[in-house]
Amino acid sequence: MAKRKTVAAAISAADAGEAPAGLEAGASVGLFVTCLVDLFRPSVGFAAVKLVEDQGGQVGVPKGQTCCGQPAFNSGDRATAREIAKQVIAAFEAYDHVVVPSGSCGGMIKTHYPELLADDPQWAPRADALSAKTHELVSFLYDVAGVRDCQARFDGTVTYHDSCSGLRELGIKRQPRHLLESAGVNIAEMKDSEVCCGFGGTFCVKYPDLSNAMVSKKAANIAATGAGTLLAGDMGCLMNMAGKLKREGIDIEVRHIAEILAGMTDEPAIAGSPDDHERDL
Amino acid sequence: MSSRETILATIRRSLGANAGDRTRAATVASRLAEAPKGLIPARGQLPDDKRIQLFARMLEDVSATVERVADAGDVPQRLAKFLKGHNLPPQIVRGEDALLAGLPWDKAKTLEVKVGRADGSETVGLSRAFGGVAETGTLMLASGPENPTTVNFLPEVHVVAIRAEDIAGDYETVFARLRKAYGKGKMPRTFNLVTGASRSADIEQTLLLGAHGPRRLHVMIVG
Amino acid sequence: MQITSPAFKANARQAMADADLQRALGNVERGFIEKRAKAVAKMPEFEELRDSARDIKNHTLAYLDLYLEAYETRVTEAGGKVHWAADAAEARNIILDICKSVEARRVTKGKSMISEEIELNPALEAAGHEVVETDLGEYIIQLRGEHPSHIIAPAVHVNKDQVEADFRRVHTNLPADRNLDEPETLLAEARGILREKFLSADVGITGANFLVAETGTSIIVTNEGNGDLTQILPRIHVVIASLEKIVPTLEDVSQILRVLARSATGQEFSVYTTLSTGPKHPGDPDGPEEYHVVLLDNGRSAMLGSEFEEMLRCIRCGACMNHCPVYHAVGGHAYGWVYPGPMGSVLTPSLVGVDKGGQLPNASTFCGRCESVCPMRIPLPKMMRHWREREFERHLSPATVRWGLGAWAFAAKRPRLYQFVTGLAARGMALAARNKGRFGWLPLAGGWTKYRDLPAPQGQTFQQMWAKRSRRA
Repeated sequence: MAKRKTVAAAISAADAGEAPAGLEAGASVGLFVTCLVDLFRPSVGFAAVKLVEDQGGQVGVPKGQTCCGQPAFNSGDRATAREIAKQVIAAFEAYDHVVVPSGSCGGMIKTHYPELLADDPQWAPRADALSAKTHELVSFLYDVAGVRDCQARFDGTVTYHDSCSGLRELGIKRQPRHLLESAGVNIAEMKDSEVCCGFGGTFCVKYPDLSNAMVSKKAANIAATGAGTLLAGDMGCLMNMAGKLKREGIDIEVRHIAEILAGMTDEPAIAGSPDDHERDL
Repeated sequence: MSSRETILATIRRSLGANAGDRTRAATVASRLAEAPKGLIPARGQLPDDKRIQLFARMLEDVSATVERVADAGDVPQRLAKFLKGHNLPPQIVRGEDALLAGLPWDKAKTLEVKVGRADGSETVGLSRAFGGVAETGTLMLASGPENPTTVNFLPEVHVVAIRAEDIAGDYETVFARLRKAYGKGKMPRTFNLVTGASRSADIEQTLLLGAHGPRRLHVMIVG
Repeated sequence: MQITSPAFKANARQAMADADLQRALGNVERGFIEKRAKAVAKMPEFEELRDSARDIKNHTLAYLDLYLEAYETRVTEAGGKVHWAADAAEARNIILDICKSVEARRVTKGKSMISEEIELNPALEAAGHEVVETDLGEYIIQLRGEHPSHIIAPAVHVNKDQVEADFRRVHTNLPADRNLDEPETLLAEARGILREKFLSADVGITGANFLVAETGTSIIVTNEGNGDLTQILPRIHVVIASLEKIVPTLEDVSQILRVLARSATGQEFSVYTTLSTGPKHPGDPDGPEEYHVVLLDNGRSAMLGSEFEEMLRCIRCGACMNHCPVYHAVGGHAYGWVYPGPMGSVLTPSLVGVDKGGQLPNASTFCGRCESVCPMRIPLPKMMRHWREREFERHLSPATVRWGLGAWAFAAKRPRLYQFVTGLAARGMALAARNKGRFGWLPLAGGWTKYRDLPAPQGQTFQQMWAKRSRRA
């Protein structure tokens, strides 16, 4: 617990000093794709690759990765979670940095692997070492690579949802907003942007009614901003919110922030582009 | 085995502690003896005038009214004036507190003063605070014949006199004084920390004054 | 009280369909959060005070046996009596004996969640005592025959028109033309009725926010002053408190008080913080003649040394539930026992067993907002996860969940198999979605698609596309 920085501390640290000098030349960066990006939205993975390569990182994608183990960890299956954690550590520990386009999976590796393996003398140091060099994508760009000006341009008003793990486990709040603004994006803040969207991994299918109550409020808050695009840094939350907005017939494009920052918005938005819903059943 | 013994044994087992462990006992004894202070917020750590101003401002923030009475001898008249100004009857109940007893009550001839505990029939109670805390505008009142606790709670209006020199920056300073006055480990039966008038927000989170205790708190800073 | 925690899902559905409740819950979501944020912003040292408060409780818990003994010694020296109660039944019996000893007719009560936990009121009533809850919110729910739905705002689920109806039903000599439209007039009505009860009570029962080992003092923190009238007017004052309420010194209490009200109601300090020590002193014109403290264990001593020990730091401020999106959606009663919200989701399985309380720690997205506001820095999501582990170990989780998880884990531990399967799924689902970008329905995904569309995959997995790019390079 002591290792976990408070949100306030992380934000002020990010705001206070000069931008970090940047990535060391030829640094190797392992991309932990995440299971949802891998299966549902590879374009986010390629956006992440581009953003890291633009900073001079040599990106590698180990084949030994599947998932970070959160479904097991949060379902109480600690043994499986530990096995998967070891698999991820073994696959990624050779890289100088590990980048994850998700606050939730990033938080799993960064804050929960050390806790999960703390009593294993062989694996605890390896978990700590991986934790130290693992970063959520936007935080990596801002806090490690020192990016302050985004090369891409995006005209339009977006609203940004602060995904819970990224916000509260990793202190990601200021970084995405700064980078978006540098790309010329106008941000219309939604009410309660820090409140959970109701995804929660298996929660959304175990407690569909509750999850719906939460995502309904979220959808209303998103719609009230009048923004044309909803962004966040986590595929789980994005799929949940996009699915709800679509079901309610609210025309807002939903994208992962990496797509905007990388200038890769050719792919249809998550759950389809707004004009599609006319054709939907 | 009594429940006392069972509970203590379970605690020791859960903690992996032995009943006769001298090191543990010494740790606890020294903590209780020394009562180390924790973090004291900077807010109340101010020179006299500023501290008293903060005390008054914090009280006003919680809907109390505050007046400064430079000369203790003026308290009876000022009190009579306050009651008149608020359409309150010129009757008060107070304890035997030396400061209150020593006031020139004859200067406020219309004022009827009952000395003793309150029984619920009185409209206005007058107490003298043991101390005050600027940090949050908190009054500290010690029970006894000097200042019966019923005076703090039964009347509709509670007026509290406090000497300016008794207003500290923080709770800890007043607790240290209390320890000196009553002896280490000893307490008055009831020690009330009062910050504003009685209130409730139990109906639709609407804040209302005068739930069960006084509807109005008026503080006279003396000196 | 019947524990309905196992029926959490059904309770929650019912709560979400209850329009009155949903209207009332809006008050939680708006008021508490904003007020806390403002109070915290005004105290620059707030985060350090949280650390300090946490450290004090950790220290106390590590020496709990010794602090309890020191506390008992001081209470006894002050002329009071400490009664140790291993469980709820013993605590009830101790209090019944005390009430019987003075042939108490009327018993007034300050707000106490422990009294809810031990189901004190029905026991007192069965023994022929009239029990009057004096906290306004508690009084309202007592009239309604309900339990608190929030640990500091027990009637937060009730709207004012419902209160009016209850008062008209119970206060039988109330003139029909009396205006009870507004919270003010309702409060005045309750004040009048309760004042009479205070003055005629034989025994006053309060809870305790803290017990101070240094002085043998019990502390209650209130805004109404009802707890004070409850304890200074009757002949006997009974304090009912669980044993983790202990703190070493007045200095330690000062630290924790600085975070309590700010976290709970967003006040700088509660209106009345009352320190009570023993019965009245010789010569005191008021105060109780007898002072009893009932120290309740009820499973807490066994939590020490376990992964749930940190829960014993809880000071019952309610900030976790005030900030919880699940609590906002369903309110407190859906949790099915005494303690709702995140703290209830951890505490309930500890006190009534994971077989009965296991639903609660599952009903969380682990959004972490509770932990981020907890003044005592209790890692609530982590402890909810520990309960899921206990459930999983004991095979209490539903078979479908275990099967699904098992199948997923089998693949997730075999990357080549996993990538083969996900490759097929990406392609199959994309085809099935016929370029619409989403599904309105999908087999086995009913939990998802009941309320929202499922975004469709883009067609290939990242791993497949990356492999192609690597081959090209």
